[in-house]
Amino acid sequence: MRVALFVTCLADTLFPDVGKATVRLLERLGQQVEFPQAQTCCGQMHVNTGYLRDALPLVRRYAEVLGGYEAIVVPSGSCTGSVRHQHAMVARHYGDEDLARRAEAVASRTFELSEFLTDVLGLEDVGAYYPHRVTYHPTCHSLRLLRVGDRPLRLLRHVAGLDLVELPDAEVCCGFGGTFAVKNADVSTAMLADKMRSVLATRAEVCTAGDSSCLMHIGGGLSRLNAGTRTVHLAEILASTGDGT
Amino acid sequence: MSTFLGIPTAPRGVGHLRGDEPFPVAARKALANTQLRRNLGKATTTIRAKRAAVVAELPDWEELREAGRAIKAHTMRNLGHYLTELESQVTARGGTVHWARDAIEANRIVTDLVKATGAAEVVKVKSIVTDEIGLNDALAQAGIHAYETDLAELIVQLGRDRPSHILVPAIHRNRAEIRDIFLREMDGVDPGLTDTPAALTEAARLHLRRAFLSARVGISGANFAVAETGTLCVLESEGNGRMCLTLPDTLITVMGIEKVVPAWRDLDVFMQLLPRSSTGERMNPYTSMWTGVTPGDGPQEFHLVLLDNGRTAALADQTGRQALHCIRCSACLNVCPVYERTGGHAYGSVYPGPIGAVLSPQLTGVEDNASLPYASSLCGACYDACPVKIDIPSLLVHLRARHVEEAARAHRVASPESVTMAAASWVMASPSRWAAAQRASRLGRVVGRGGRIRRLPWPLSAWTAARDAPEPPAQTFRQWWRAERGDRS
Repeated sequence: MRVALFVTCLADTLFPDVGKATVRLLERLGQQVEFPQAQTCCGQMHVNTGYLRDALPLVRRYAEVLGGYEAIVVPSGSCTGSVRHQHAMVARHYGDEDLARRAEAVASRTFELSEFLTDVLGLEDVGAYYPHRVTYHPTCHSLRLLRVGDRPLRLLRHVAGLDLVELPDAEVCCGFGGTFAVKNADVSTAMLADKMRSVLATRAEVCTAGDSSCLMHIGGGLSRLNAGTRTVHLAEILASTGDGT
Repeated sequence: MSTFLGIPTAPRGVGHLRGDEPFPVAARKALANTQLRRNLGKATTTIRAKRAAVVAELPDWEELREAGRAIKAHTMRNLGHYLTELESQVTARGGTVHWARDAIEANRIVTDLVKATGAAEVVKVKSIVTDEIGLNDALAQAGIHAYETDLAELIVQLGRDRPSHILVPAIHRNRAEIRDIFLREMDGVDPGLTDTPAALTEAARLHLRRAFLSARVGISGANFAVAETGTLCVLESEGNGRMCLTLPDTLITVMGIEKVVPAWRDLDVFMQLLPRSSTGERMNPYTSMWTGVTPGDGPQEFHLVLLDNGRTAALADQTGRQALHCIRCSACLNVCPVYERTGGHAYGSVYPGPIGAVLSPQLTGVEDNASLPYASSLCGACYDACPVKIDIPSLLVHLRARHVEEAARAHRVASPESVTMAAASWVMASPSRWAAAQRASRLGRVVGRGGRIRRLPWPLSAWTAARDAPEPPAQTFRQWWRAERGDRS
């Protein structure tokens, strides 16, 4: 299958290892991965902060750059959610019905990583090896916008050597929320404090999730406290094989 | 010859719909109150579990939600029709209908009606809409004392406090605090009062008994009004409402215009949705319904005050009007991680939490309540819990966009945020500009230590106040791809 990686602006700039791991994983599973270099950002931050007009060119770019692929894989529940639930809305807000239809078409072929692995490839065991104690945080947009359900957990349960521990109050938001983390920094931090308490209660070495943004938030809090637990994206765990790659 | 009177404009909501401070400032103070955090955490956790259990019992819950949504959407599209039908049915059955443009007009109507009876005190059923318009203060200015008879409203009134939750206005108080308020404020209270729920309820009962037996005027809100028969409906738990609705000679009901439903059969849906969503009960203990005036039975004079106070303005926004579908169950408050940590006062409006963040700004005008649409991480828990499927996260985003557009029109100088957003859009609209910006971001490596950044300049200082930021890597993903795979896409 001709698969395009939409790496997301955040992973591209700050977490390139997430993109590299996604490429490695998909190629190991026999996919032909392409990275259309004209891609930039899905525009979610603009939409969620109220700047729909500034999101419009990004919606158009996404449809133009990725419209020709059979499947687009995104290592982010949140960005996938934006493509699926916001792009057509933004186009229609400015009366561009043609763009809205193209946005809907490309959205129907856009998959969050765990969706692509389980639904499109029909896999739960991706041949990974990761000998660590891990807890999984289901990010809000994976959970409630995409309804990925237990797909990431099914994938994690098949990882050799991985000790999966359940996160208490897992479905409560970590407090990231995009610009919310800065505009309402105090509330965001209070939510983070409770999430960190849950993560630390698991005594896990690693907290994983399907979104670099939420992991940057949880990881930033844990790092500030030198808490002894690190954050690792789901793609990096699934790409790991124990032979050093 | 006709005279042009100008385009009629919908009145703006006034009253207790916005705070003195923006949400982030008020929230900061609330977050520091550890007693409040514990009270709210305990109460919302309990009620969340109860709701989840009774909702799970119904195999057709999703169909009920969809029915509730559809009834409300239909009613809002035909609101004028159903309100005039309600008016004519109430009138035909011996009631009097009053139309109030805003809080000031509603307060004047109610005050005049009470004054006409000669009563110096009234008993009140729990009603957030009368909190919205500040009715108690308006009555007090006219020398009329209002007795709140709902236990939680009584606690708020005696404590000279403000409601902080739609269903449980005193949710921010624990038993020990309630005991202190009663000991301090209740005449003739037993000095040996304990803080058990039974003792506190008994104290309130004794305090209210005389008011119930002597009151000549009762004041209520309404959960629903059935247009086809002119029937008003109140759901409650304590029975105090039933006393207020039946004992006095005169009953005055203040109702937001969005509370009308077309027909009795619609109550079949809402009677299942509301108790399970609000108190986590299969059925609420008391459901009172009344239709006009019945000679020899109950109040012999009935007035219905239909309140706009910003609702028509909200109705004009075809996306935003969904907020008017709300049946005031509070399920969204109880599941909201923001509300659970800040409590209701931080929102500044009698309608707090997720629904308040989309309803209050529409009633007052978004520019006058601009911090509320941002008081959410958009986690979506509210949408899942809403019994009438109000898509609160999408409404929040919609109101943020309205705010940004209105601010752009109002100010000739662009805000730093709007400049940043426009710049980011311009950069991201071109891969070459984007790659250049990424290279510039690597300047962050200068301030990084051991892969993390402890301090960033404003506005990102709000992030690094409590969280490390990652140090930008030596190579972006796209640089790696080009190095590994060349220009092949």
